[in-house]
Amino acid sequence: MSFAFRAIYWREMVKFFRFKSVLFSSLIQPVMWLAFFGVAMSKSFDKITAMLPPIAGVPTVDYLSYMGAGIIAMDVLFASLFGGTTLLFDKKYSLLKETLASPISRVNIVVGFGLSGITKAFIQTGIIIVFGRLIGMTFFKGYDPIQTLIAVVGIFLLVGIFTLGFLFLSGAIAITVEQPEGMQSILTLLSMPLFFVSNALYPVDSFPDILKFLSIFNPLTLLANGIRYFALGDNFSVMGGHYVYTTGDIIMSFGGLILFGLTTLSIVLWRFNKVDI
Amino acid sequence: MTENVIEVNNLEHKYGDLKAVDNISFTVRKGEIFSFLGPNGAGKSTVINILTTLRKIQKGEAKVNGYDVAKESKAVRKSIGIVFQMMCLDYEMTVTENLEYHGRIYSMTKEERKKRINELIKLTDLESKRNVLVKDLSGGMKRRLELARGLMTRPAVLFLDEPTVGFDIQTRLRMWEYLRSIKKQGTTIFLTTHYMEEADQLSDRISIIDHGKIITTGTGSELKNQIGKDIIYLETNDNKAAASVLKTLESVKGVNEDTEFLRVLIGVDATHILPKIMDMMRQNGVEIISVNIKKPSMDDVFVHYTGHGLREGGTDEKQNEGETAEALT
Repeated sequence: MSFAFRAIYWREMVKFFRFKSVLFSSLIQPVMWLAFFGVAMSKSFDKITAMLPPIAGVPTVDYLSYMGAGIIAMDVLFASLFGGTTLLFDKKYSLLKETLASPISRVNIVVGFGLSGITKAFIQTGIIIVFGRLIGMTFFKGYDPIQTLIAVVGIFLLVGIFTLGFLFLSGAIAITVEQPEGMQSILTLLSMPLFFVSNALYPVDSFPDILKFLSIFNPLTLLANGIRYFALGDNFSVMGGHYVYTTGDIIMSFGGLILFGLTTLSIVLWRFNKVDI
Repeated sequence: MTENVIEVNNLEHKYGDLKAVDNISFTVRKGEIFSFLGPNGAGKSTVINILTTLRKIQKGEAKVNGYDVAKESKAVRKSIGIVFQMMCLDYEMTVTENLEYHGRIYSMTKEERKKRINELIKLTDLESKRNVLVKDLSGGMKRRLELARGLMTRPAVLFLDEPTVGFDIQTRLRMWEYLRSIKKQGTTIFLTTHYMEEADQLSDRISIIDHGKIITTGTGSELKNQIGKDIIYLETNDNKAAASVLKTLESVKGVNEDTEFLRVLIGVDATHILPKIMDMMRQNGVEIISVNIKKPSMDDVFVHYTGHGLREGGTDEKQNEGETAEALT
């Protein structure tokens, strides 16, 4: 067992904390989503919700909390989807050559890279949860400390698996394309349907059938569902819609994301073994 | 007995139909500086890439530090240091961080890394730049840092691919000094260059490589002696007649008529034989327009063995000859 992946991880983290502007914007962006989009939308959605009759015996969740889970999902989606870009620049400026010429295995490179992505995602997730609670997001309402701990671990686990999945995908694209512009356009093309054909920001109940069907397989939906299950409970209503998460749903979230991660892992390892320097 | 750090037998490499390396065999002895001298596109980088396991070997056999590059690539990688042709440092990290990263990907322990970084920063005179971002270093300093990085793991052999390309003469001279002191510390160096002077000044042995083939190998002075002691450049009104006269002389080792100058390779001191040559020309009715005597340089060696001059690009022979002739006037 080699621990050389720590070298890759170390370098990624040094650079993450070095570029203050990138660091600052990546940390402040989710907060801004919550503060502006979240607060504004929740005010109007909650107005509509107030006009609907509450479902008897089911706790009503405000839109901000519903959306908070989606903001976490969206934020880690973009961070990980664009996370592979550093690999592209490493390749472009021949930096990758040094690493690839060393005895370190390709698996170790991918592992170190993945761990750095997870770390960044965890920091962002933590910030959203803490800041969200400050502005009135009701995550973990009525939980005792043990339940809260389990919920937090559950959320971070899902976020970690999800991040790896998209980071590997992004890394595979980065190692394959030649130009940053090419990468940019592929990522934009990918992120659009991922983002909107999901229940990250709004319920999918009133989607056309085909989109509703597709959204079930969207990793972003799987993650948002999982986070809501852990943060808001397995039975709540939001904007008149009734949400019930069964054990099957949460297994589907974990299973689906793990499957997605394994698929992209095999793609990135395949691309890495093909890379010519 | 001298130990061979690199052994290459019948190495061949093709890119599609193009034979970049054509049946090359050579050895590099422990502790020496060995150079591949040749124009760009001669196959030098391909050989380096194969020896450093960056490119898969297609045909032939190569051993580095006793390890087979095809079967024991990991052991080979641990035995070598590389300074690539293209600068590849992380510009957004400091001098020590670049070295630190290198030590880490080679799994050096923390103490080893610290000790080695201090030694190398001293060796390459980068002490005042320890915590400076690489993007703020001069070109020469960056190259020295790459040199330091290549030595981080105390490699048995250091590969340098065109180490001073694009540098001014002062920077180049300084780089040579560093390479000599590295050699003194016992590191074997394999370098490729298309600078004659670099090969001549630095190397214990030189292989001249052209069109994927090794044309000749020897020490700088061996190679130069092979083509004679002196070279006389003669410009006459009838080069053909002059050449046939010269060829009768015992001390003339060769006459090259490729350019407007006759290039006469002389086995003895040219200052003694020149009066005789002048006499003979006069007797045969050949009028001498100009004369020039030169000690053979690596340039001449290269022209002698390859039939063309050494230029960046190096494929257009006609043009090269023209330029060589110009350089002589």
